[in-house]
Amino acid sequence: MTFEQLLFYSFAAVLIAAAIGVITSRNPVHSVLFLVLAFFNSAVLWMLLEAEFLAIVLVLVYVGAVMVLFLFVVMMLDINVARAREGFTRYAPLGALVTIVVAVEIAYVARARQLGVQFFGPPERRSVEYSNTEEIGKVLYTEHVYAFEIAAVILLVAIVAAISLTMRKRPNLKVQDIGKQVATRRGDRVRIVKMKSESPD
Amino acid sequence: MISLADYLMLSGVLFSLSVAGIFINRKNVILLLMCIELMLLAVNFNFVAFSRYLDDTAGQVFVFFILTVAAAEAAIGLAILVVLFRNRRSINVKELDAMKG
Repeated sequence: MTFEQLLFYSFAAVLIAAAIGVITSRNPVHSVLFLVLAFFNSAVLWMLLEAEFLAIVLVLVYVGAVMVLFLFVVMMLDINVARAREGFTRYAPLGALVTIVVAVEIAYVARARQLGVQFFGPPERRSVEYSNTEEIGKVLYTEHVYAFEIAAVILLVAIVAAISLTMRKRPNLKVQDIGKQVATRRGDRVRIVKMKSESPD
Repeated sequence: MISLADYLMLSGVLFSLSVAGIFINRKNVILLLMCIELMLLAVNFNFVAFSRYLDDTAGQVFVFFILTVAAAEAAIGLAILVVLFRNRRSINVKELDAMKG
């Protein structure tokens, strides 16, 4: 067994164990942490596939942002774990059956002789000067530039949607209304009263 | 050496595990969202493996866009979840029957 195979099988084993942990753990916080472990192992396997840029993006964006968001929400919501787990054993046989069927089908396709997938030999390792990031950047900003801009718009829509969904107007909240403050005239605040002077007694 | 079929098998196992997760955790919306993330990861695995073995960068560009859309989806999904919990005090799928679906 070469060192590369050792790396592949050990990280793949941890990845699958983490995936099992995600779907079976009792506490949602543990599920999120198992998912973080799964993402880290995938990043290592992607590095083995020489997709270094995507491996780093997976760790930075997924583990650094999305999973932290998940962790925030899981810890913020007060979930009744026991009630959420109802029906776990009832649906477990069905789930196992579906899993086995899907896995066997995918294995059949992946190993099918007609497709010739097994004839794809491992490609040659790239030289030290090869930069994956540069290579992706070259096609991303030329061939796929419209898709790139649409992705930017999708992210903007996501920001606006997430903020407008979770923002709430509370009654009886004391806030400044800047427009009202600026539009105020002297007559709204000051009343000049004309009266005759009075003697002290 | 590691063949393409090994990577495809790994992503297939990952995908079927997340399908199983959707079946056995059908009460908890947060876990359903996490299983969808796991599914997207399995699909991305296929793209990266094919991109390497066919020597085509387009697969990695596609993964880049999938990651973008998945991040947007997770953000909006969790925002909806927070609003849901604020209104119903529960994220149990069974109790979400206001639309009588």
